[in-house]
Amino acid sequence: MTMIFGIPIQALLGQLLVGLINGSFYAMLSLGLAVIFGLLRIINFAHGALYMLGAFIGYLLLVHVGIGYWPALVLVPLAVGLFGMVVERAALSRLYRIDPLYGLLFTFGMALVIEGVFRFYYGVSGNPYAVPALLAGGTNLGFMFLPNYRGWVVLASLVVCIGTWLLIEKTRLGSYLRAATENPELVQAFGVNVPLLLTLTYGLGAALAGLAGILAAPVYQVSPLMGSDLIIVVFAVVVIGGMGSILGAIVTGYMLGLAEGLTKVFYPEASNLVVFVIMAIVLLLRPAGLFGRDA
Amino acid sequence: MSELTLQERGTAASVRLEWGLVALGIAALIAAPFFIYPIFVMKMLCFALFACAFNLLLGYTGLLSFGHATFFGGAAYFCAYAVKAWGWPPEAGILLGMGGAALLGLVMGFLAIRRQGIYFAMITLALAQMFYFFCVQAPFTEGEDGIQGVPRGILFGILDLNVTMNMYYVVLAIFLIGVFAIWRIVNSPFGMILRSIRENENRAISLGYSVGRYKLAAFVMSAALAGLAGATKAIVFQFATLTDVTWQMSGEVILMNLLGGIGTMVGPVVGAGLVVGLENTLATSGFPVTIATGLIFMVCVLIFRRGIVGEIYARWLGPAADGGDKG
Repeated sequence: MTMIFGIPIQALLGQLLVGLINGSFYAMLSLGLAVIFGLLRIINFAHGALYMLGAFIGYLLLVHVGIGYWPALVLVPLAVGLFGMVVERAALSRLYRIDPLYGLLFTFGMALVIEGVFRFYYGVSGNPYAVPALLAGGTNLGFMFLPNYRGWVVLASLVVCIGTWLLIEKTRLGSYLRAATENPELVQAFGVNVPLLLTLTYGLGAALAGLAGILAAPVYQVSPLMGSDLIIVVFAVVVIGGMGSILGAIVTGYMLGLAEGLTKVFYPEASNLVVFVIMAIVLLLRPAGLFGRDA
Repeated sequence: MSELTLQERGTAASVRLEWGLVALGIAALIAAPFFIYPIFVMKMLCFALFACAFNLLLGYTGLLSFGHATFFGGAAYFCAYAVKAWGWPPEAGILLGMGGAALLGLVMGFLAIRRQGIYFAMITLALAQMFYFFCVQAPFTEGEDGIQGVPRGILFGILDLNVTMNMYYVVLAIFLIGVFAIWRIVNSPFGMILRSIRENENRAISLGYSVGRYKLAAFVMSAALAGLAGATKAIVFQFATLTDVTWQMSGEVILMNLLGGIGTMVGPVVGAGLVVGLENTLATSGFPVTIATGLIFMVCVLIFRRGIVGEIYARWLGPAADGGDKG
């Protein structure tokens, strides 16, 4: 058996894969946070709850309606995105003129409510969600065994991240969005419907979280608590990357997932802590974050 | 940052009202254990001190920490361990808890003040989560069980804290000392500089103040006082568990401030009383506490940002007491 630093290479690659999977979710969630923050100046504490909501809607569709994974992959982001737009219209839109910390506090309350409702009805135990038949099994890559679904998650998250980046950087809608981030009043004066743009942006961010949730359902157990622990790690990711750049959020997400996987191989006790330790180091050396431009 | 703190003391009427309320409150607290279950009042007092310590930072310095559970729960662990494993007397345990919380505050504050506003909140939250994971793994916290059966001991070798009434008046004294300390800090020249940082950080910098140092000092003081509350709670309830270091606990202390009135002396006490009371009521009703607290959060942020005490000031004491909420 091949060894690297006294670790079997299979174990190393296995943990790196787990890290890459986690990193895929960090990337998708921090991307959504960055998109929302860019325009709305709100840190969406409910992002983890929306992710959990996505997984749960997928689970409930399967159990109660018999709608499987593939249709859910479209329906869930639509549902969560719609939910997000309603929330933005009804509540968040009232908070733009005041201190952004209120947005954080409001979405924190929202996260507690969403999580509390699911906890009340479904308890805290996890519910398994079967891997879709098409992606069951695995592929032997020669040097390691790759479960097909995990490969799909990495691929899908890459496509989603790159797609969102292209949408924001290369399309006309994206250019409105970037312009509104710089100067909303001026963009409004040019006849762009900025309030609608804000609603759509929050909807997009929410839909991304929902999509991450349904992608995660077969990997992790579907449980009301799946979002709240994740969101804090994602916050640390966002602090490390800085929210100035969409690409930065994506790259940082994957990097930290891998760093976590590596730590699990060499020093398992610290794998929970490594993201936070990296955050502390980055704050000491480069307070604005790796890709940050805002102070 | 100024909008987080909608109230400003200063009108004669509001000062008179505050003193009236304070005198009434102290009298009520001295009499309380004869009418209400003393353990419950002690719980309220511990959380009220915690909320006031938090308000020193949010209300008077304008820094929103999302990690104050670290100091509250951390101090509870230090105190409980020293008293149980080393056989320290309660006063030494409480002081150790306070000192430990101050040290944790120094580390967290040193890192967090490097960023502002929303990032500050996220950094404190992440560091607090790190401390939570540390507490889950460290052997001295006894994991999921927590440190149980902490002896209350004999204060200064003379006062037996196993007698509930003794314990109660000690907790009341600690609460009053803590709140008095906060009141002194807030109304000292140092406190004025903190307020100027809250109102306009750049202006304070241009006036020559090393803003970072003042923020850090406020952070450490707030942490130490939160630690005082946590350590006292560990002595009262004779245990220290993971509950007190979770992010939910950090959220709870924010809620107490938001509900009572950020930046008022009395607000956090009122907020803490209401939140603890509500939780006690809900605990027996079967309605999930998280949903209730979440809803209160949302309602407060949307339509009730001054909080109860702040709202009273603004309604009945005229525009001078109103910091000008345009949202």
